Amino acid sequence: MATNSPSPGPRTTGKVRPHQTQNEALLFEKSSPGKRAYKLPSLDVPPVNPASLLGAALRTQAPLLPELSEIEIIRHFTRLSTWNYAIDLGMYPLGSCTMKYNPRVNEFVARIEGLADAHPYRPESLAQGILEIFDLLERCLLDITGMEAITLQPAAGAHGEFTGILLTRAWHESRGNPRHKILIPDSAHGTNPATAAICGYEVENLKSNADGGIDLEALARQVTGETAALMLTNPSTLGVFENQIHKIADILHDKGALLYMDGANMNALVGKVRPGDFGVDVMHLNLHKTFSTPHGGGGPGSGPVACKRFLEPFLPIPVLVRSQMATEVGAPGPGSPRTGLGPWGGDPSHLGTREGTASAPAEWEEFDADQSEIEAGPLFRAPFFDPSTGERVGDDDPMPLHAGAPGPGSPRTGLGPWGGDPSPLGTGETQSKSPLHWDYNRPHSVGRVRAFYGNTGMFIRALAYILANGPDGLRQTTEDAVLNANYIRKKLEDIYELPYNTPSMHEVVFSDRRQAARGVKTGDIAKRLIDYGFHPYTVSFPLIVPGALMIEPTESESVEELDLFIAAMRSIAHEAETAPELIKNAPHSTRVSRLDEVQAARKPILRWKPPA
Amino acid sequence: MPYPANYRYTREHEWISVNGKTGSIGITDYAQNSLGDIVYVDAPKVGAQVTAAKPFGSVESVKAVSDLYSPVSGAVTQVNESLKTEPDKINAAPHETWIIQVELSNPAELDSLLDAAAYEKFIAEETGS
Repeated sequence: MATNSPSPGPRTTGKVRPHQTQNEALLFEKSSPGKRAYKLPSLDVPPVNPASLLGAALRTQAPLLPELSEIEIIRHFTRLSTWNYAIDLGMYPLGSCTMKYNPRVNEFVARIEGLADAHPYRPESLAQGILEIFDLLERCLLDITGMEAITLQPAAGAHGEFTGILLTRAWHESRGNPRHKILIPDSAHGTNPATAAICGYEVENLKSNADGGIDLEALARQVTGETAALMLTNPSTLGVFENQIHKIADILHDKGALLYMDGANMNALVGKVRPGDFGVDVMHLNLHKTFSTPHGGGGPGSGPVACKRFLEPFLPIPVLVRSQMATEVGAPGPGSPRTGLGPWGGDPSHLGTREGTASAPAEWEEFDADQSEIEAGPLFRAPFFDPSTGERVGDDDPMPLHAGAPGPGSPRTGLGPWGGDPSPLGTGETQSKSPLHWDYNRPHSVGRVRAFYGNTGMFIRALAYILANGPDGLRQTTEDAVLNANYIRKKLEDIYELPYNTPSMHEVVFSDRRQAARGVKTGDIAKRLIDYGFHPYTVSFPLIVPGALMIEPTESESVEELDLFIAAMRSIAHEAETAPELIKNAPHSTRVSRLDEVQAARKPILRWKPPA
Repeated sequence: MPYPANYRYTREHEWISVNGKTGSIGITDYAQNSLGDIVYVDAPKVGAQVTAAKPFGSVESVKAVSDLYSPVSGAVTQVNESLKTEPDKINAAPHETWIIQVELSNPAELDSLLDAAAYEKFIAEETGS
């Protein structure tokens, strides 16, 4: 007698196990004819013939859509939602992604009625509150980065890169030659070469030196009069700070090339050093990484682009400016610089216009003094485009670019938000401020890069995060992020190989070399980590490390959670020696075990088809 | 896997095998091993011009997409159509599976390529082993 052993296939729907442990059929597979999730009242108006209205567009066959009851649909999606792994469930150590906690206060503020219901078509005179939020966030981000002008429009990091390189190209074009190549280190994020290519540039690869950093001699050889920019991530994707960054900037600037910084790893710098001070000309930030707005699941992301003043005329339209006089409400004239605002409620008298390098807050000066290697003085000596006259000036002029009076529509000046009394916004000062408006009259702009003004909900959350932490709090998050990464490094470096010995910043990169000798590779270790209850780290990146394990804990994790992660990683390393097959077939505790990624990529099934 | 002595190699991990004026171009065992399972090969069309040291196509694995650099300049005479459905042939037999064949326009370019011994030395330095 043959026995039919009940083997639970991938589409098991029998009610023998709780829903958490069984797979979920597709809605199409659950469909049965005639089921409805709605019931309409009987028609109480004269019926019309759809054919007379739609003509040839009328469908003769109903579309093949699943037919289910309301509760079946609700259960389907609710069950799927319980399968998610999230930062709210446990550590999410994806290197390069900065998967930090999204504080609940951010969500509280973003749901305040006047903010949640704000509409982009609301007249400026009635949108001053939300425009003040844009303005305050812009000034905080400028102060954190040491840059001089900013757009909040880009919707994500790669979009920010695109915008930043558009600015670079527009600036070079204004000087007569867009140039034709962009240098990109071999450790870069893949989005960097994609950005350069889509902006019409040829990508030239820059090899890293033995420390995983930029090889200055190779850079000096490769930068020519046809180099538009270097796109650099600092700290690099190895989690290593480019300690020659000021020299890198000098090499580029001497040839009239720009330094673009990918701000993906700003979580290692905030409150410590400012890209604007070490020679960066244009950069993007990721609010969904560094500034705690939601990441993954659609976010949405937000990738503001900050630049030096000479790039400001090219910023996407519209640019937020403060009118000169209150009587100009609703009549946008030429914008004037927004001066002396003191977003933290400080005394405006010490907030001069920002000339020269943006002044560092007093409490940062001690740190700056330690960086004596970074030379003082103008970082950029190439000729530039003068926004006030529309002319190119300074071909032989040693004047620093950021000196000189801001032209019409220049960004707001005089920030110093980190020095003052940290009671923000509540001083009634807002009442006396001149109104904000959008300036569209910017003939040199690269144009719009996003509908309306960007992902506004993320601006509110990011500002809430910045204000809730304050300058000292942000500095502490940076220190904790670096401490956590180095704690993991110290606790694992005896069993996982460190390909680069340079000090780690906010993330640490190991290689699978020792485990690979047993046939266990980084992707296998990552999948085994799922069995231990953790989201995998980033696998196989950066590409310059064969078999990379890229781990970024962020500041969100407690030492207890870090210890659990470390114990899991040590246990897996032990299994690699004693039971490698266990890892090579992982995960085992999940609804479906090891998926065939190769087959999925080679023969993808992209849509459901009814059974023949 | 041994590197055939009669092939020439690039520092970007392509090989070329020359027969008369025709060169067959593929990627090395080191390259396929670093990339992992190859799922797609993007090759030029017959008649396209390729240039030494410039990309002529790309190869996609589960991990990454990498440019293919041409060892020589010339016109593409044949494209290995079987890779459209069986890209894994490159993983199984990297040194027997050519991606394109090219009629060399400047055979002197071969002199600047690595021979098998020099290439093996190069990858040993790359991996630090």
